[in-house]
Amino acid sequence: MESSEKLTSDSEGSNGLNLKATELRLGLPGSESPERIDSVGGLDKNGYPLGVLKNLVSGAKRGFSDAIDGGSGKWVFSGSGGSETDLAKGGGLFSPRGGNGGGKHLGGSESNNQHSSLGTPAKNDVVPQSPKPMHEKKPQISAPAAKAQVVGWPPIRSFRKNSMASNLPKNDEDAEGKLGSGCLYVKVSMDGAPYLRKVDLKLYCTYLELSSALEKMFSCFTIGQCGSNGVPIRDGLSESRLMDLLHGSEYVLTYEDKDGDWMLVGDVPWEMFTDSCKRMRIMKSSEAIGLGMVFLSFLVPFLFKFFFFCDYYGINWPLFPPQIFPNHYEIWAWIEMPIDLDGS
Amino acid sequence: MAYSFPEEVLEHVFSFIHTDKDRNAISVVCKSWYEVERWSRRRIFIGNCYAVSPGIVIRRFPELRSVALKGKPHFADFNLVPEGWGGNVYPWIAAMAMAYPMLEELRLKRMVVTDESLELISRSFKNFKVLVLSSCEGFSTDGLAAIAANCRNLRELDLRESEVDDFSGHWLTHFPDSCTSLVSLNISCLASEVSFSALERLVGRCPSLRTLRLNRAVPLDRLPNLLRRAPQLVELGTGAYSAEHRPEVFSSLAGAFANCKELKSLSGFWDVVPDYLPAVYPACSGITSLNLSYATIQSPDLIKLVTQCQNLQRLWVLDYIEDGGLDALAASCKDLQELRVFPSEPYDMEGNVALTEQGLVSVSEGCPKLHSVLYFCRQMTNAALVSIAKNRPNMTRFRLCIIEPRTRDYQTLEPLDVGFGAIVEHCKELQRLSLSGLLTDRVFEYIGTHAKKLEMLSVAFAGDGDLGLHHVLSGCESLRKLEIRDCPFGDKALLANAAKLETMRSLWMSSCSVSFGACKLLGQKMPRLNVEVMDEGGRPDSRPESCSVEKLYIYRSVAGPRSDMPRFVWTMKTLS
Repeated sequence: MESSEKLTSDSEGSNGLNLKATELRLGLPGSESPERIDSVGGLDKNGYPLGVLKNLVSGAKRGFSDAIDGGSGKWVFSGSGGSETDLAKGGGLFSPRGGNGGGKHLGGSESNNQHSSLGTPAKNDVVPQSPKPMHEKKPQISAPAAKAQVVGWPPIRSFRKNSMASNLPKNDEDAEGKLGSGCLYVKVSMDGAPYLRKVDLKLYCTYLELSSALEKMFSCFTIGQCGSNGVPIRDGLSESRLMDLLHGSEYVLTYEDKDGDWMLVGDVPWEMFTDSCKRMRIMKSSEAIGLGMVFLSFLVPFLFKFFFFCDYYGINWPLFPPQIFPNHYEIWAWIEMPIDLDGS
Repeated sequence: MAYSFPEEVLEHVFSFIHTDKDRNAISVVCKSWYEVERWSRRRIFIGNCYAVSPGIVIRRFPELRSVALKGKPHFADFNLVPEGWGGNVYPWIAAMAMAYPMLEELRLKRMVVTDESLELISRSFKNFKVLVLSSCEGFSTDGLAAIAANCRNLRELDLRESEVDDFSGHWLTHFPDSCTSLVSLNISCLASEVSFSALERLVGRCPSLRTLRLNRAVPLDRLPNLLRRAPQLVELGTGAYSAEHRPEVFSSLAGAFANCKELKSLSGFWDVVPDYLPAVYPACSGITSLNLSYATIQSPDLIKLVTQCQNLQRLWVLDYIEDGGLDALAASCKDLQELRVFPSEPYDMEGNVALTEQGLVSVSEGCPKLHSVLYFCRQMTNAALVSIAKNRPNMTRFRLCIIEPRTRDYQTLEPLDVGFGAIVEHCKELQRLSLSGLLTDRVFEYIGTHAKKLEMLSVAFAGDGDLGLHHVLSGCESLRKLEIRDCPFGDKALLANAAKLETMRSLWMSSCSVSFGACKLLGQKMPRLNVEVMDEGGRPDSRPESCSVEKLYIYRSVAGPRSDMPRFVWTMKTLS
């Protein structure tokens, strides 16, 4: 029956897509064309592989459907642009009626021919029907049992997750080495912004990825000031002014560690940072000076820069090719925030 | 003109009618009944704070004493709703401060409550008695200090599962010595230590205190003193349930529990050391509600405790209980009505405990009153679901979460359509259902055909196409809330059933295949629906209309589009 074949081919395809999408790639964070309808598989026009996480914040929530949905708008393989008949023709797909040896052990070679680049299931041979993990960028966790999580799944409240995370069972000696929980949400505040945001530090592997995500989150409070319905107000900021802002040093990114001390982000290795970070604050340099961080706030721009684009240019990060700002991937930038914020 | 009762008589009669449904029903009988009812209504529940405006509520019900409001969609609990989405209670407080100076009760769920709001509450309502903040956020202990200091007749302060900026435990000292009215205090979500002496004095001077839920920072050796000051307690949430093993702590604790003869509900039990559990045994025979969902103890210790509670009606527990523990539960606790089993390692693919579908089947066989289930597990079969359905036709809430999405029946490798179909077919009173596992459109056909009393349905990673959604929207007559994520549902079913959406409270769809064009169309055609599109990637109209939207939240409203949308939410009214 076609629907059942399509059903199995979905799970086949999902499995196949898993493998492709879990390949490590060196794309930029959030590199994916937002016009999913145009993405017909392979690479998008910037040369970034498709199905790769759109951006590690919002993309984490829609990346899954991107991965599965591709651009066709249907629940089919990414990039297949396919119809049900294509899937049925996928061939070699086992039937759900207990066919050949079990649904859990899917041979990768039997996947839809559009994914011929897929190899056999690599990581594990258990339950590959899982949906695409969100975080393709992340270096794969070595323990085969662990995998990247889908946002909001399983459906467990944050309060419970956080309680359990700090509640490693005492009678488990491996508790130290295990991932206590799959996510680590910390609050991020920005001086002057009307509301805080939260980021899951486990979604990122480097300061760079974190900076891009924070940039996206807070950009609307900065250059791209938005009206109440989200329309960016283009009030005549010129490109030269943008460059001035980028090279200015108005803001410092800090975090509160386990001891309650406020530290500058970027000093310690990433893992140490995620272990000890309780919350973050994008602090005005003037305050940082008061904390004795002025030296660092001058020094750090040479090491990191943090920059905001999106809303001003009305485009998303992935469409902003690296050639324009060639060496901004390793640096943070501080930019000026408009004084009067319309918080409504 | 027929003779009618004088208004005073009507009012007196109406004073015996309490439920919202009944009150709503009598208000539409005729104009005079409408008028009498609206002046005499004291209590209101607003399931979606954006469905109506404060002004409209105040105009219609001028004499309210108790208001309950819900804000964010349910999936906000799982981080699917970005911060800043909305649900700020301040406009409501500001309006009610003027209109209802005699307001006594405020119950908020999933709303953003600022310190400013709390301060305004504490200053505006002289007779304020009850504040329940369930899964709320946005406030700090400063706001709590204002409530403690200014609400002279405070009876209930319940912060269940809220996110509080916890600066220190000092706020508790703001309760004046003259405050003796507390009946319920729930601070279990707070992180910092509260001042123990202040807490002990507060507990000691409130003779009507029946509910005390402590936070994790209250150490076990402080508990006996607290319990001795409140032997009348009915509901207790412990703090951390561990200490170095010292005999005097144990005996003190055991004595204190033995002294609390009214105890019916226990919770807390963070960081449990099993050696101290026997201290609660004296209280177990009276216990009807036990929340061990933070207790990381293994099955044998759990069994010992649970089997002592012969009158248990509600059990929340981690999957450490395993099938063996559930068998023991089924054998001992014949009054059990609600069971929730949470995963101890939700992100571990392999599974760490011997908890399977069999445990749930045992409980469904052994506990005739079981009607509410939340169960996380890693495997399931259609046969098990059919057994559960046949065993428990009285089921009203059934939420099954198979941790791995799209998991098949592990014995037959089929989808779980038939199993869930049996649930909706046999359990005719089912009000709430959450699906998981591999599911095709067939399950939705079953649901649409049989689930006539279903009010809330949660769907994830299921279905084949629009037909599934169409079955649900066209078949489920009582449906009020539908939340869907990562399903291949698109435009057709949604547009074909647009009118149905006005009979529901809300519809949430995220990572589905609903196009922006369809959202716009829906927004245009249905003026009494707010169609909100959430997209953190930029304006949805900067992409082709056939592009799917990231998240969609549709709800009926008489207040029109809301004015407090953040930059990542667009209403389909202004964009069209």
